Amino acid sequence: MAPQISPFILFFASIFTSNILLANFLGMCSFISVSKDITSSNGLGMAVTLVMTITTALNWIVYNKIIIPFGLEYLRYIVFIIVIAAVVQILEMLIDRISPNLYMSLGIFLPLITVNCAILGVSLFMQLRYYTLIQSVFYGLGSGLGWWLAIMALAAIRKKVDKSPNVPPALKGPGITLIIIGIMAMAFIGFSGMLNVQ
Amino acid sequence: MSEYKKIMKDNIWYNNPVFIQILGICSALAVTNNLINTLIMTIAVSLVTAFSSFTVSTIKSLIPRKVRMIIQTLIISFYVIIVDIILRAYMPGISKALGPYVGLIITNCIIMGRAEGFAQSNKPIISFWDGFTSGIGYLVVLIAVAFFRELLGFGTLFGYRVLPEGFISWTIMLMAPSAFFMLAIFIWIAKGYMLRKEAK
Repeated sequence: MAPQISPFILFFASIFTSNILLANFLGMCSFISVSKDITSSNGLGMAVTLVMTITTALNWIVYNKIIIPFGLEYLRYIVFIIVIAAVVQILEMLIDRISPNLYMSLGIFLPLITVNCAILGVSLFMQLRYYTLIQSVFYGLGSGLGWWLAIMALAAIRKKVDKSPNVPPALKGPGITLIIIGIMAMAFIGFSGMLNVQ
Repeated sequence: MSEYKKIMKDNIWYNNPVFIQILGICSALAVTNNLINTLIMTIAVSLVTAFSSFTVSTIKSLIPRKVRMIIQTLIISFYVIIVDIILRAYMPGISKALGPYVGLIITNCIIMGRAEGFAQSNKPIISFWDGFTSGIGYLVVLIAVAFFRELLGFGTLFGYRVLPEGFISWTIMLMAPSAFFMLAIFIWIAKGYMLRKEAK
């Protein structure tokens, strides 16, 4: 049963109120390790958005047209992860062929994406909430953009904070980063009430 | 035997996957507002890590280097599917509460990290032990975080009321930001302790 939400509302909600990173805690590993540097954050954000949109659509088709008719629901984790790995692999080859420049900036981040929990997470949420294909595409795109926005914001803040002499030594690095993310999450909660998706 | 002891100490404290390496906190933070869910989730992660490290180590000579990542992912997904089926059969309530986070164990970086970093170059039994103790290291931190979140957020522990009725629960403890703050405080204390010990 597909929920009655306009795809556009879903799109904005997944960027702000239910940001995949700050509300659902997905994609933290690469989020914390890559956000030291703005250029890499930008590249990774772009790659995540691209892969997330494509894999959500593909996984929707595979799940609804192949897995359900054959009654193979218990295999969905394996199927989703294979689709994601395959898309990443194909994209890597395509981008290498078409635009070497983009490959240079994106290429190193593409393999990282297979193990980014946010990508698998969006596919799983899409399936758990019974979205339609259009809703899933907008949800995937919105979540990717939301992730990109969050990592860029964090990279910008970290650039200042990492230089600050006032951070206690034991809190340097990951500790202070987690506190910044917590404050960012509080700021994003401020958007809730405007839109809501479940 | 001392080797096993050293691995255990490393994984649980000196090189803890959560607060030293900052791995696998993705699917973890979301389940820590309730001790029961956290306990089930962390036990599931420990078992999956242990068994997938064991399997990777057993068949490591058969896997071509180029496709090892995808094979490791498939091995991990296999164990996660087993965990998911068991949870759904015996604990439907918890399985529902954990939702997609059971499936997200597949992309938990700790499991991949141990399979790639340890099991690839060690014998099966010791890899099993390494995977299991890494899971325990993860369990310890998450239980500590969940303890405070549930205590202050609901006034309960494992569902039993411990704080008096008049206690006003802290709603923030149930929401996303508190998980980050709690983990940051945990890192602060643990690292502070280590730094002081080093200075001595």
